[in-house]
Amino acid sequence: DRLVVYLTNSTLKIIYSVLRLICFYAIEKVCYAQVISTCTFIDSDMKNAVIGNNRQKANLIVLGAVPRLLYLLQQSSSSLELRTECAVVLGSLSMGTENNIKSLVDCHIIPALLQGLLCSDLIFIEACLRCLRTIFISPVTPVQLLYTDPTVIPHLMSLLSRSQHTQEYITQIFAHCCKTPEHQTVLFNHGAIQNIAPLLISPSYKVRMQALKCFSVLAYENAQVSMTLVNVLVDGEQLSQVFVRMMQRDKPIEMQLTAAKCLTYMCRAGAIRTDDNCIVLKTLPCLVRMCSKERLLEERVEGAETLAYLMEPDIELQRIASVTDHLVSMLADYFKYPSSVSAITDIKRLDHDLKHAHELRQAAFKLYASLGSNDEDIRKKITETENMMDRIVSGLSESSIKVRLAAVRCLHSLSRSVQQLRTSFHDHAVWKPLMKLLQNAPDEVLVMASSTLCNLLLEFSPSKEPILESGVIELLCSLTQSDSPALRVNGIWALMNMAFQADQKVKVEIVQALGTEQLFRLLSDPDTNVLMKTLGLLRNLLSTRPHIDQIMSSHGKQIMQAVTLILEGEHSIEVKEQTLCILANIADGNTAKELIMTNDDMLQKIKYYMGHSNVKLQLAATFCISNLIWNEEDGSQERQDKLREMGFVDILHKLTQASDPNLCDRAKTAMQQYLA
Amino acid sequence: LQYPHATVEPLLSGISLRCSDWYNRLGAGSLLTGDPAFNYQEHELNERLKRLYPAVNEEETPLPRSWSPKDKYSYIGLSQNNLRVHYKGHGKNHKDAASVRATHPIPAACGIYYFEVKIVSKGRDGYMGIGLSAQGDNMNRLPGWDKHSYGYHGDDGHSFCSSGTGQPYGPTFTTGDVIGCCVNLINNTCFYTKNGHSLGNKLSALSFCPCLSFQPNLYPTVGLQTPGEIVDANFGQQPFVFDIEDYMSEWRAKIHSMIARFPIGERLGDWQAVLQNMVSSYLVHHGYCATAMTFARATETMIQEDQTSIKNRQRIQKLVLAGRVGEAIDATQQLYPGLLEHDPNLLFMLKCRQFVEMVNGTDSEVRCFSARSPKSQDSYPGSPNLSPRHGATNAHLHNTGADSPTCSNGVTPTNKNKSHNKYTGVSSASASSSPSSSPSSVNYSESNSTDSTKSQPHSATSNQETSDSEMEIEAEHYSNGVTESSTRIMNGTYKHQEILQADDNSVGNGVADDSCSSRQLCGGNQAATERMIQFGRELQALSEQLCRQYGKNATHKKMLQDAFSLLAYSDPWNCPVGQQLDPMQREAICSALNSAILESQNLPKQPPLMLALGQATECVQLMAKVRSGSCSFARVDNFLH
Repeated sequence: DRLVVYLTNSTLKIIYSVLRLICFYAIEKVCYAQVISTCTFIDSDMKNAVIGNNRQKANLIVLGAVPRLLYLLQQSSSSLELRTECAVVLGSLSMGTENNIKSLVDCHIIPALLQGLLCSDLIFIEACLRCLRTIFISPVTPVQLLYTDPTVIPHLMSLLSRSQHTQEYITQIFAHCCKTPEHQTVLFNHGAIQNIAPLLISPSYKVRMQALKCFSVLAYENAQVSMTLVNVLVDGEQLSQVFVRMMQRDKPIEMQLTAAKCLTYMCRAGAIRTDDNCIVLKTLPCLVRMCSKERLLEERVEGAETLAYLMEPDIELQRIASVTDHLVSMLADYFKYPSSVSAITDIKRLDHDLKHAHELRQAAFKLYASLGSNDEDIRKKITETENMMDRIVSGLSESSIKVRLAAVRCLHSLSRSVQQLRTSFHDHAVWKPLMKLLQNAPDEVLVMASSTLCNLLLEFSPSKEPILESGVIELLCSLTQSDSPALRVNGIWALMNMAFQADQKVKVEIVQALGTEQLFRLLSDPDTNVLMKTLGLLRNLLSTRPHIDQIMSSHGKQIMQAVTLILEGEHSIEVKEQTLCILANIADGNTAKELIMTNDDMLQKIKYYMGHSNVKLQLAATFCISNLIWNEEDGSQERQDKLREMGFVDILHKLTQASDPNLCDRAKTAMQQYLA
Repeated sequence: LQYPHATVEPLLSGISLRCSDWYNRLGAGSLLTGDPAFNYQEHELNERLKRLYPAVNEEETPLPRSWSPKDKYSYIGLSQNNLRVHYKGHGKNHKDAASVRATHPIPAACGIYYFEVKIVSKGRDGYMGIGLSAQGDNMNRLPGWDKHSYGYHGDDGHSFCSSGTGQPYGPTFTTGDVIGCCVNLINNTCFYTKNGHSLGNKLSALSFCPCLSFQPNLYPTVGLQTPGEIVDANFGQQPFVFDIEDYMSEWRAKIHSMIARFPIGERLGDWQAVLQNMVSSYLVHHGYCATAMTFARATETMIQEDQTSIKNRQRIQKLVLAGRVGEAIDATQQLYPGLLEHDPNLLFMLKCRQFVEMVNGTDSEVRCFSARSPKSQDSYPGSPNLSPRHGATNAHLHNTGADSPTCSNGVTPTNKNKSHNKYTGVSSASASSSPSSSPSSVNYSESNSTDSTKSQPHSATSNQETSDSEMEIEAEHYSNGVTESSTRIMNGTYKHQEILQADDNSVGNGVADDSCSSRQLCGGNQAATERMIQFGRELQALSEQLCRQYGKNATHKKMLQDAFSLLAYSDPWNCPVGQQLDPMQREAICSALNSAILESQNLPKQPPLMLALGQATECVQLMAKVRSGSCSFARVDNFLH
């Protein structure tokens, strides 16, 4: 009854075929030899019915043809022709929809086909590989299946020499199934580089292209592969030169782009210097060309992303790119999709534009972020690009997370500019969408957004006031409790910036919101950055004299404890210097001074650091003493006496002979307090 | 295009269209100074310019090679072979600006032109402009300020496009920077480069670069404005910092793909018929009888001329190419009575050639005196064997043939009549010469022995053998072409033929070397020499008769003089006029005769394929004249492999 459903004219034939196949299968067990000719006929019938028709493929799968085909394929007693035909039919089935592929994978087609590769017949191997290729390049297939059997990869490597077809299919499989550093290592260890490098000069374009793609995935963020690649010779020529040749402007765009990716990854992995001509004069211009309007939308996205990645760490490349082919204004075009024209005239075009619009925008933001990450002039150029700030602002609230992330990255990059903070950032009230973004965003967005916020909270930023009023402190305090060290750093960093030269009110608010407990928890944070910024926050909180006294009166005990703890602990010079600075600030308070003066242990520590081998620590410690003995303040005489007794004068005297001029000056100033 | 590939092979490989040897002559002429470094640089320059702009004919449109000492403002000083420019004015304000143009404008045939300028010193203020200007523009200005001038200025990085106010364009430039200017005459734009990086020519709100409207003759130009400013030009003397060849390759690929994708649409069927006709007529024209027949059968087309006529022509051609002109004349007179009588010019040319061949010892009238056996005579070097050397002379001939029917037919029909009365031999040189350099030379060398049987009847068996082998070779082509029409097979055939040709050459050269040592006037035979002298007298008489009949003819006189001059030297093969004895010289007369026969049969004297080729070549030249830059990337020889 169920079959009736499919009984249309077109499917009838298939069902017959399948039924015949089932019959054949039954007969085969009895007498193989007699039906050998029939079977080929049946299968080729099925093959013809299947090719190019997705619905019939699905029907066939529903009817359970796959296990039977697989059974036939695996029977070593079947003739090679039959087995090959089976592989071809399976290959055709796999060309269908994603659901088809899922069903095929569920039937364990992959191990069966991999097993088939052990056969010696080339035609059969090629049919199996073709099918495997189609399955593996589908996004629904778990790539891990390629690596479950450890003998598979070496066998595939050995098949590379068999024919151009095996080369094309295998390299394509590798290119799609190399997704993690582990995959890279497996392929690398099985000699992928030596085996695939010669294919770069294969006479077949497809083979060259797939081999190139292999190298791009192998080299991505992999120093080991990249370092090996630079030393590989192909036909006596260095691999990087082969890639450069593939980037020539008369080569197909796909090839230029992929070769540029290979060189980019090798450069980022440290295998090629960023000032190497093949990067500066070849890869970079090639990638800029990929961003031009003449290229397809996909190519423009990939080109921009790769370019952003290439120049991220290098200011010189950023400078060159910023003047090459008017890249900055060329990128403005990325925001014009879907264009108003396409909406009216061409539905297909509109659909295409819409599909890529997000990708284009995020790629442009990424590239702007990379371009502007170091150079002030470039940042200015970017913000002066038509509607740039508006675009970022609207990008911050887009539905696509990728766009939001890229937009905030771009904003962060631009926020490193004092001038932009003062002008365009304020004019466009970027803090508003930024604050909104911070409300409930995934961690990666939060990291960028909070990092940007740090810059917006710098004391010269006009956005600081409105942000403060929007109740940001609670939010930042909650960030400091995050599991992610990056978020904790950003939270405490923003608080630190906020506390710099802030009003008493703000400082109190910060201390209250954060809570002393959290503050001291942060002081024992495993992340040095967090610790540094927390100390910075403390230092900023303990700035002017009345603030020092007030905070020390309420939290003096804990703070002194924390300081002791850090000075006694195993910490870097920077951390200890920062802590000594806090101590110096405390010593500047009116009442707070006493907390140090009454703590002999602390005084001993200061004395120790005055004699430390590191000048920075000596300087900070001397500062502290200098504050304690400052003449114009109440009780300075007693403090001077006490410290003289403890032998500080001798140390100061010694320090006036120090080779470091700063330290020398500071010690002399301190000595003068005694003389006055 | 469904036709047997093997048959196409001989015609394509035989066509060589090297433009001209202008370069060599120019190179030799410009070695003016004795400085070896300078000569080396000059050589480098010539090499690079030739590589970058192969389509430019420097005899008509020389390329810029230095700044012009005449075309400059007085505040400009030139040094270092007119490549270095320095400012020597007051430099108070813009009224003291000064510029200099290159010696020549940029020829349109460049397609894409590029030059670079290195800023040696930015001087006081660095008010420097690099760009283009037209002849007659005021030189008391920076490039870009005036009409028809364009410039990129160092102080502000702006681009000036025929206007006193610039548009923000690129970065500023200063001492040590290398600035390039690239003119694209295909899409009429220009862009600048800085230190090897393209600054782009995208038109947008922020950036601006000139779109060169159609205008003649832009010169590379630099302008300076303050004291101390020094710049060095590089017109190709040194490698460019910017990879201009890569940029050109992109445009070449663009134009080639445009040509490859040129829509033929509905007329596809017509095209096929036309193409088949062209191939067939070419084969017929040169007398590849069996191949032509096979081709006609495979493509189901008709051949206009009948088979015997083709074979007759082929026989006559073979005789001429073998140096047996006397026999060729006899055969022509016998097969085409009245032809030579109506064309005394041709007859005279043939007779002159016959005389030369007598000196050579190849003409049958002297050869019959020879003591050598027919076999050894047959091994005398035939012209086709030397075909590889042929390219150079052909190039020359082709160049002179620019206004001959080969090239101009269809473009300027008036020329056709003019040249018709003139030397048909020369005009068709490029066409006729092609078969000899093609792999089909196999046929020719075989045919020497075949036809020798006419005068040597006793070698009938060898005749049979050799003609068989000739058939075999053609048959081989046939089977390759018809049974397998895939490209792979075509390649295979191609190789096979190359090998054949190569073998042939080596054999031919070997024989030629042997004969070199022993060659003597008229084969060294006394009787033959006497016959030659007598023939010379007859020739003299013929000349005088023609003179009386048609008036003086300088060409005839020269021909006769050259031929007779051979006798003045003890070793005619190594004398100033010895080139006449080169078997290659037979090709021109051979094709003239062939064309004349065809014309007498009311058939085209040129194969349509060669006409099409000539027309294409002429069109490309015409494109250069009307300043269409794409001509440089659409050259005919790019498409002949």
